[in-house]
Amino acid sequence: MALEPCNPVTGRPLTTNQLKQNFTDLHKPLNFQQALEESDRCLYCYDAPCIQACPTSIDIPTFIHQIRSDNTSGAALTILSENIMGGTCARVCPTEVLCEQVCVLNVSHQQPVEIGLLQRHAVDTLISNTNKHPFKRADSTGKTVAVIGAGPAGLSCAHRLAMLGNDVVVYEAKEKSGGLNEYGLAEYKMVDNFAQKEIDFLLQIGGISIKNNQKLGVSISLSTLQEKYDAVFIGVGLGTTYRLGLDKEESQGISDAVDFIETIRQTKDKSQIQVGNDVVVIGAGNTAIDAAVQAKKLGTENVTLVYRRGEQHMSATDYEIELARKNGIVIKTWLTPSKIIADEHIAQIECTKTELINDKLTETVFKETIKCDMLLKAIGQTLNDSDLVDLEIEKSKIVVDNYQTSIQGVYAGGDAIKSGEDLTVQAVEDGKQAAIAIDKHLRGEL
Amino acid sequence: MAIQKDNLKCTIAGIESINPFWLASAPPTDKYTNVVRAFEAGWGGVVWKTLGEDPAVVNVSSRYGIHKNRNHIVGMNNIELISDRPLQTNLDEIIRVRKEWPDRVIIGSMMAVIEERAWKELAVKIADSGVHGIELNLGCPHGMCERGMGSAIGQVPEMVEKVTRWVKDVVDIPVFTKLTPNITNILWSAEAAMKGGCDAVALINTVNSITSVDLDLMAPTPTVDGKGTHGGYCGTAVKPIALNMVAEIKRNTDTKDLKISAIGGIETWKDAAEFIALGAHGLQVCTAAMLYGFRIVDDMIAGLSNWMEEKGYQSIEDFRGMAIPNTVDWNALNMNFDTKAKIDQDSCIECGRCHIACEDTSHQAIEFNVADDGKRTFTVIDDECVGCNLCMHICPVPDCIEMVEVDNGLEYMNWSNNPLNPLNN
Ligand SMILES: Cc1cc2nc3c(=O)[nH]c(=O)nc-3n(C[C@H](O)[C@H](O)[C@H](O)COP(=O)(O)OP(=O)(O)OC[C@H]3O[C@@H](n4cnc5c(N)ncnc54)[C@H](O)[C@@H]3O)c2cc1C
Ligand SMILES: Cc1cc2nc3c(=O)[nH]c(=O)nc-3n(C[C@H](O)[C@H](O)[C@H](O)COP(=O)(O)O)c2cc1C
Ligand code: SF4
Repeated sequence: MALEPCNPVTGRPLTTNQLKQNFTDLHKPLNFQQALEESDRCLYCYDAPCIQACPTSIDIPTFIHQIRSDNTSGAALTILSENIMGGTCARVCPTEVLCEQVCVLNVSHQQPVEIGLLQRHAVDTLISNTNKHPFKRADSTGKTVAVIGAGPAGLSCAHRLAMLGNDVVVYEAKEKSGGLNEYGLAEYKMVDNFAQKEIDFLLQIGGISIKNNQKLGVSISLSTLQEKYDAVFIGVGLGTTYRLGLDKEESQGISDAVDFIETIRQTKDKSQIQVGNDVVVIGAGNTAIDAAVQAKKLGTENVTLVYRRGEQHMSATDYEIELARKNGIVIKTWLTPSKIIADEHIAQIECTKTELINDKLTETVFKETIKCDMLLKAIGQTLNDSDLVDLEIEKSKIVVDNYQTSIQGVYAGGDAIKSGEDLTVQAVEDGKQAAIAIDKHLRGEL
Repeated sequence: MAIQKDNLKCTIAGIESINPFWLASAPPTDKYTNVVRAFEAGWGGVVWKTLGEDPAVVNVSSRYGIHKNRNHIVGMNNIELISDRPLQTNLDEIIRVRKEWPDRVIIGSMMAVIEERAWKELAVKIADSGVHGIELNLGCPHGMCERGMGSAIGQVPEMVEKVTRWVKDVVDIPVFTKLTPNITNILWSAEAAMKGGCDAVALINTVNSITSVDLDLMAPTPTVDGKGTHGGYCGTAVKPIALNMVAEIKRNTDTKDLKISAIGGIETWKDAAEFIALGAHGLQVCTAAMLYGFRIVDDMIAGLSNWMEEKGYQSIEDFRGMAIPNTVDWNALNMNFDTKAKIDQDSCIECGRCHIACEDTSHQAIEFNVADDGKRTFTVIDDECVGCNLCMHICPVPDCIEMVEVDNGLEYMNWSNNPLNPLNN
C-alpha cells in the first residue's frame, strides 16, 4: 500500500514549501514592540500566583517588569537563574494549566498575560545576542558527579552542579543530547534546532563533558560510576512504551507515537517521512495530540484520535484538544481498539464502544471499524527499569527522598521519579533541586 | 467635521466664539493650510503661531522630546522658536482666512525685543490684518529668552506690565497676555498683566524641562548634532500645573475677575470642563492636536455639550468657576473628616498591589491571607487605615476599592481653629 503524504484538498503530495510552512513556529515569537505592549498588561502582582504555579518558581512579575523597563537581559537572567532551560519551557510548557491559568487577569475575564511568549522573547534575545555565559562557577569543590541521561533533568542538574563548583560527566545513550527536547517535543514547538542551541548555551558554563552513545546497562554500570565519581544522578526519563496487547501488533504500519515523532524531529526533509492517508492515534495525552497534529501537517487526509474514556478525562489540556480540532483531527471517545485487521500491513482497526458502569470502564457489545493504514500508539511511557535493578522502584518510578534514591550518593529526577507532572519544566526543577542536594551532600552539609 | 452645539457658544474677553476650543499658538496654527484644516474640523478659533519682526528666526532639527509612559505620550517638550516665515506672508494668510472663515476667531500672537517701538509697530501691523485680538507671548522658555524675549520678559512682573500697556496703547482690540509657568508665584505675573490693562490672561505656556537623556549620545533629547538643550514641556503631564495656576488667579481677590484663556494639557472634554469649573472662559489646545490631529475637537465638542445637557447647564457660564468656592487652602480642610478604604471582595482579582503599597509605604493597614485552597484575601484593618486612598488609586479594577466616609462623632475642625495650632495659643 502506498504511503505517500497527501494534500487533503488536492490529494497530491504536499510541496516541500507547504511542508516547511506546516512546521513553522506554532506561536510566532513576539517582536520588541509586541513584547513591550504585552509586558505592559502585567499588573506586577505582589507575591504573584503565577510564581507559585511555575514548577521552577520563576519570579514572573519581576522578569516582565524588566522587559518593560528595557532590561531584557536582566529579564532573561531572572528566568534562567531559576530555570536554565527557560527557552525550551517558554516554548513547550502547557502555560494554560500553569502560570497563565492563575494570572489574575483571568478573574476579571481578560486574557491572561502571554507569559510563555514573553519568557521566550527575553531568553531568545539573550541567547542570540551574547556569546558570554551569564553565570559564573563557584570555586571548585574538587568533586566530580556522573549524570546519566542528557535530557532536561540531567542537563539542568549538570548545569547547577557546575555552577556550584563541581565537575560533571554526562553519559547519554543517544547520539544527540537533549532527551525529549531533541527527540520528543513537537517539531512546531522547537523550530530552528533550538534544543541544540540551548545545550550549547548551557554548556558554556564549563566543567561539563557529555559522553554520547554511552548507555547505562550496556557500556557502563551503576556500580562502576559509583566507584569512579563522588555522586551519581539518574535522569533517564521513561524509556519503555506500553503495548495494546492485541494480535498482529507487530504488523507493518503500526508504531509508537514517540518513535513517529522522533522520526519527524530527526528528518530534515519532511517529504521523506512515511505517513499514511488514514492515521489512527490511540491515546489521550499530549503525546497523542502531538502525533496526530504532526501527522496532519505531513499531509495525512484523515487523522482520528481514539480514546477509551470521555473528553473530560483526557490528560491533554483543553488548549491541545482545541489545537487538534483546529487541525481537522476527529476525536472519538468512549472507544477502545479491540482488533487489528491486517495482512502484512494494517488495513483497519476494529474498536469496541465503552461505557462507565459504577465508575468502572466497561466494554459494550458495539463495534466500530475504522479504516487505518497507520496506527500510532500513544498510551503512555514507563520507566525502563531493567538497568536500575538495585534501586527501589514503586509504581514504575524510582523512589527518592529529597532526590536521593535508596542508594546513598545516587540521586534521580525528571520523568523517572514521582515529583510533579511529567513535564519538561518539572524535569528542569528536579535537576536543579537534586544538584543543590548533591552539592550539600558533597560539602558534608546534608 | 464636527457638529457645532449651541450650548457651547461663548464670549472670551468680548470675543464671540462658536465654541470655547481654540488652538494654541504653535505649529498647528503656523500657516494658512493648517488653520483652514482646523476650521474645517470644527475648532472655534486659533491663536496664530507667534509672529516676530523680520528677519524670521531659523529653527533647528530635531525639535521634540517625548516623555512616555510605555506607549502613551504623557508629555512633550519642544525647542522650536516662533514663526520662521516672513511676517508679511503670515499677515497675508491671516487676512485670507479671516475672509473665508468669518465666524471663526483668529488671535495674533506676537513677541518682540524689549523696546517700546518694536512691540507697538508689530502690534499695529498684526491688528491691521483683521485679527480679533492680540496675544503677547511672554512665555517661551527656550531660544527666545536668551535673546531677551519670551520668558525673559514673562518672568519679570514689571516688564509684563510694561509690554501689556505698550500694546494696549496702540490697538483697540482685546489683548491677551500669555503667562509663563516658570515663576514662583503666578499671581505676580497675573497682577502685572492686569495692571498693564490686559483684557485676558492666557496660561500656561510651556514648562522648562529636559524630557530625557540619550544614554548612547550622552546628551539631552532632542539632540541637534550631538547637543541638546532645555525646552518647553506640554501635554497632559502639565495639566495639573495649569489647573492650579488658573485656580490661584481665580481665588485671589485682586485677580479673580480676570478673563482666562486656559492652556495646558487639554486633551478631552473632561479636561476642558475642569478648567471651566475653575473659572476659565475659553480653552486652548496644542499638544493633543499635534499627537492626534484636529479631529479630536469632535469629541471635545460632543462630550462637553452632552455632559452639560445631562447636568442641566444651558451654557458654560452656568458652571464656570463652580469649583472655585470649594478650592481652599489646606488650613480650611476639615481635619476631623474620616474615610476608610473598603475592598469589594467580589470584584477583587487578588493581585496584591494594594497590600504591598500600604505595607511598604503607608500604614500596614491591608491584611493579606492565603487560604488552603490558594485563595488570596486582602482585608482593610480599619483601626490602622488613615484613609490616605493610595490603595484605591493603585487598584487595577475600577471601583473595587472605595473610600467610605465614617462617622467618628467628631465635629468640624480645621487647622485654623485647631488647638494644636501655635497661633491659637
Ligand atoms: C511526545 C512527547 C511530547 C511531549 N511534549 C511535552 C510538551 O509539549 N511540554 C512539556 O512540558 N512536556 C512534554 N513532554 C514531556 C517531557 O518531554 C518530559 O517530561 C521531559 O523530557 C522529561 O525529562 P527527563 O530528563 O526526565 O527525560 P527525557 O527527556 O526522556 O531524557 C532522558 C534522557 O536519558 C537518556 N537515557 C535513557 N536511558 C538511558 C540509559 N540507560 N543510559 C544513558 N542514557 C539514557 C535518554 O536517551 C534521554 O536523552 C512530552 C513528552 C513526549 C513523550
Ligand atoms: C512645538 C511647539 C511650539 C510652540 N510654539 C509657541 C509659540 O510660538 N508661541 C506660544 O505662545 N506658545 C507656543 N507653544 C506653547 C503652546 O501654545 C501651549 O501654551 C503649550 O503647548 C501648552 O498647551 P498644551 O499642553 O495643550 O500643548 C508651543 C508649543 C509647542 C509644543
Ligand atoms: S487608604 Fe491608605 S492607609 Fe488606608 S488601607 Fe488604603 S493605603 Fe492603607
